[in-house]
Amino acid sequence: MKLKKNAVNNIICYGLVIVVFIICQAMISNGSMTRSLKGQMVPICVYIVMAVSLNLVVGISGELSLGHAGFMSIGAFSSIIGAAWMRSALGIENETLRLILSMIVGGVFAGVFGVLIGIPVLRLRGDYLAIVTLAFGEIIRNVLNCFYFSLEGNRLHVAFNNPNLPGTILLNGPNGAKDVAKISTFPAGFVLILFTLFVVLNLINSRSGRAIMATRDNRIAAEAMGINVTKYKMMAFVTAAVLAGMAGALYGLNFSTVAASKFKFDTSILVLVFVVLGGIGNIWGSIVAAALLTVLPELLRAFSDYRMLVYAIVLILVMLVTNNPMIRGLVNGLFRRKGAAAQTQGGGADE
Amino acid sequence: MISFLRFLIYGVSLGSVYAIIALGYTMVYGIAKMLNFAHGDIIMVGAYIAFCAMQYIGLPPLVAVLCAMAFCTVLGVVIEGLAYRPLRQATKLAVLITAIGVSYLLQNTALLIWSSNPKVFPSVFSVGSIRLFDGNLVISSETILTIIANIVIMIGLTLFTGRTKMGKAMRAVSEDKGAAELMGINVNRTISVTFAIGSALAAIAGVLLCSAYPTLQPTTGSMPGIKAFTAAVFGGIGSIPGAMIGGLLLGIIEILGKAYISTELGDAIVFAVLIVVLLFKPAGLLGKPISEKV
Repeated sequence: MKLKKNAVNNIICYGLVIVVFIICQAMISNGSMTRSLKGQMVPICVYIVMAVSLNLVVGISGELSLGHAGFMSIGAFSSIIGAAWMRSALGIENETLRLILSMIVGGVFAGVFGVLIGIPVLRLRGDYLAIVTLAFGEIIRNVLNCFYFSLEGNRLHVAFNNPNLPGTILLNGPNGAKDVAKISTFPAGFVLILFTLFVVLNLINSRSGRAIMATRDNRIAAEAMGINVTKYKMMAFVTAAVLAGMAGALYGLNFSTVAASKFKFDTSILVLVFVVLGGIGNIWGSIVAAALLTVLPELLRAFSDYRMLVYAIVLILVMLVTNNPMIRGLVNGLFRRKGAAAQTQGGGADE
Repeated sequence: MISFLRFLIYGVSLGSVYAIIALGYTMVYGIAKMLNFAHGDIIMVGAYIAFCAMQYIGLPPLVAVLCAMAFCTVLGVVIEGLAYRPLRQATKLAVLITAIGVSYLLQNTALLIWSSNPKVFPSVFSVGSIRLFDGNLVISSETILTIIANIVIMIGLTLFTGRTKMGKAMRAVSEDKGAAELMGINVNRTISVTFAIGSALAAIAGVLLCSAYPTLQPTTGSMPGIKAFTAAVFGGIGSIPGAMIGGLLLGIIEILGKAYISTELGDAIVFAVLIVVLLFKPAGLLGKPISEKV
């Protein structure tokens, strides 16, 4: 039986991720990986999932979202509360099981907010849509700064703007969550990446995915063909929100303290940078860009103070070089045969 | 009642600063159709230049402001020429990411030169203050100056875009770049001039902002930048009176929200109002509705 081209590409994609994971795991076990890099492994997984899910919105659905970190923060905090509650109320001591359940909790909460936010946001277009997603990201962060959660036995207390709660405090307003049980692991992050790839690649290559891309390429034509534009835009937006929530859960349970200020506008922008540098609409590119750019500041440690400066200059130069018509022409000439890949890169939120 | 009036005046003062920044955003957007995320950091650079001119060289405040304006004008034109002009044909997202890169670049350069320790910005124009209602209502000179500066800039810009040849060229370029070029308008130069004006306004806004809130850090500009961007969208991006109204309303809503609803939720209230407005008027308060061609 001859496999379809899509299927072959997908299998190569999964295969490479698995190979990289095995190499990293081997390096960790024989001690050839530096301590700081080892600490970066879970954040790398988180950012890969964030970038791939944002690419679903920006690249495949063609809507510029500047508030992706908002969903990440919802996932992080709901999973932290969920994990603590599960431990005391349900008595789940197994860390892996708790991590998986917390990730589901994070994903569900982020998904619910994805629907709530998607309804107003997806009515708008272009730059207005971008600014409203930015606004929602900021609102989420601001409101989370006012929430207080505590756990007393197996009862959960919630308060708004009132730090005096009985029991052990889980979420302490602007100070965020403290003494979080660190249950995230690199293998869990790897499984989450595989899950994300499975969801996103299957969605793209399905009937729904083609409808989403048709809506991106020409909204009016797609509508005329009987595609329910809002439904498919919503599908992409909510899927991305759920995945971002799961990534947030992984992130939140990886540190002992997490504050809402970690999920600022800058984080959304950082993920957007991964997506754009990896190639808009190119899932594989997002993975590579997210991994490289998370490690890059670490590699630039030699420059110490100049590190973010170098990062900024690299960012500008890459954008200038990749958008230079002459260089673009050269690259296209070299990769004429990979026409399909170049085509998927052409789309995105550039109406 | 008097406390309400006081908050209202604070709001108008903060709103005037937002309006001046938003004018820069909206002009650049109207002409180059790009979201210039680095605009907020030009505010910060302007404030630092004015700070250095006053503190280290000892220039009088007015000269320091002029220095800051001159520096920011040059900076704006240089950034446009080096980073944005080569991307004129590129996708919108590529320009957006470049603007973010420029924003990082400015912030980190400032961090290297002036370090992250907050500088205390000296009071620029301490002429005195107006006392009303038996001294219950004090309006500081900075507040009055900010509001006056705002009105002057607004009138000046309206006259400039309406009456002068360059202003007409700007409006032509924002309507249709190709047609403007065919009419003999130098599009690149027009865009440069727009950036120059926007950056000079940002310098003024930086000084006014820091006289009201006197801590100066490399990240000072980013939040006011985002809020001013919101203000520009709120009023209808691309429209000069829209930026003005959007900025003022945003400032008033922020201060009143912080005073009467919740201090922590001030920003959330601002953004929530923006969302509600955009839902009912998707092109902002004074924006032109976008017609779609099939």
